[in-house]
Amino acid sequence: MADTAVADLDSRPSPAELAQRHGLRVAGARPSLREYTRQVWAYRHFITAYSRAKVASSFSNTQLGQLWQLLTPLTNAAVYYLIFGVILSQDRNVDNFIAYLCTGVFVFMFTQSTVANGTSAITNNLGLIRALHFPRAALPVTVTLVQFQQLLMSMVVLAVIVLATGEPLTLRWLLIAPTLLLQTIFNIGLTMVMARIGSKITDLKQVMPFVLRTWLYASGVLYPVVLFRDHLPQWAATLLEANPALIYIELARYSLLESNQDNLVNPPTQLWLMALAWAAAMGIGGFVYFWRGEKEYGRG
Amino acid sequence: MDVAEQTQSKANTTPAAANRVPTIIVDDVHVIYRIHKGAAANNGATAALKRIVSRTKTPNIREVHAVKGVSFTAYQGEAIGLIGSNGSGKSTLLRTIAGLLPPAQGAVYTHGQPSLLGVNAALLNDLSGERNVVLGCLAMGMSPEKVKRVAPDIIEFSGINERGDFASLPMRTYSSGMGARLRFAIAATKDHDVLLIDEALATGDRKFRARSEQRVRELRANAGTVFLVSHALGSIRDTCERTIWLEGGVLKMDGPTDEVCNAYEGR
Repeated sequence: MADTAVADLDSRPSPAELAQRHGLRVAGARPSLREYTRQVWAYRHFITAYSRAKVASSFSNTQLGQLWQLLTPLTNAAVYYLIFGVILSQDRNVDNFIAYLCTGVFVFMFTQSTVANGTSAITNNLGLIRALHFPRAALPVTVTLVQFQQLLMSMVVLAVIVLATGEPLTLRWLLIAPTLLLQTIFNIGLTMVMARIGSKITDLKQVMPFVLRTWLYASGVLYPVVLFRDHLPQWAATLLEANPALIYIELARYSLLESNQDNLVNPPTQLWLMALAWAAAMGIGGFVYFWRGEKEYGRG
Repeated sequence: MDVAEQTQSKANTTPAAANRVPTIIVDDVHVIYRIHKGAAANNGATAALKRIVSRTKTPNIREVHAVKGVSFTAYQGEAIGLIGSNGSGKSTLLRTIAGLLPPAQGAVYTHGQPSLLGVNAALLNDLSGERNVVLGCLAMGMSPEKVKRVAPDIIEFSGINERGDFASLPMRTYSSGMGARLRFAIAATKDHDVLLIDEALATGDRKFRARSEQRVRELRANAGTVFLVSHALGSIRDTCERTIWLEGGVLKMDGPTDEVCNAYEGR
């Protein structure tokens, strides 16, 4: 290590000694995990302002502007319904397929777009990174918050769809809040992992659409989750049911859809435990993993 | 006056004066960075596949040894010019001092967190100048209340509103000079311990240059250290009393601005 250099033999202090005497620190050294966490918290105003600015600028070139936040999920739901509800008429097994489908699509979209954008969270902001000093973890968090605002809009659309398709409004709806909170924590962690890998392996961005589409099919978004058990060996079905996206989607369906209570693959308690475990593991693990690379993000 | 007296002593001598406080110590720094050359001639799909199969290193990543063993010490209240021809490693050295590019060998010690101010320090081009000011200030770690207080001053200082209300227009509509002025204005609001300016003053017009040179002097008076990279020797002579000449990644000369600039011009 450079900052523990051995002292020179002659009387003049070595650069390292001189630096130590005047309290200088090695440039660009990585702060401790605790200090880093504190820095990220200190930059919360920047994070919220930046994500709000990102939302505003993402629709700045469209005529309808932020109305697209509502129109995008609506269009998505319409397309999927057309294909899987009407053309393939997949709805024989599920009572309220359109609400079932929309819940899955909107919840999955949150994770999907967060990961897709998070992969380039560092590479797209190199200008900012090379110009200003801030904890780089602010960038993946910003990506997640931008998509979180989109999710809130989608949830408004979803509430209308769910009620319009004849589902009752129950107290269980309140459970959507902790579900989405856990998912958000999971997403932040996952985005940090993807951001760090994406900053080194720039080809990852090209591969991500395929990975994410595979994930979509493995998450029981477009067809009933029970199909896994009907068509796959036991171990494969169990593996797929541990998929975090599927767990968050199932929890959202559990809280919003009265008609779907009998179709849950796992009891709610088990779902909650797994949702909590995923959020904790990914949230903490992702943060630590991202922090360990903090020094190198400016390199490009 | 204090500052002027302190810096009168010859800047190129070794750190003998004990009363001077070093703010940056650059100790035998080597910087090597990797460049993605992108799609070169020998980079077709089959070539890439062959590389993956035979597990050889990608030839489109080249290592550049940009800074080769540079050492110097900068003190409180100094303004140091950094000159040299294009590609001599000036910007790379600044990035290393700012802690953005880790050195391959040697070390840089700094007092506080140096801030790099470069012309490519892009903010959000789709957003208005005003919003960029707020974002930039928050990114430098100011509190929201303070940002609200200083934002009008920044717009005023940058002078982007001299020809109509440009502050509310997206930054992509700005000329390159206006963008650089706004960025400088944002960075110059804060009293940095160490401010590294990379060509940022060159793009402004004469009036703005005078104002920013004044601001650089103020920053120095607040016991900061200022580094200025520029090809305009005039602005280096105006603002810096010490100058470092880099050539091919090697420190060629380090001394009073007049001496170094004359040598540089007469090379």
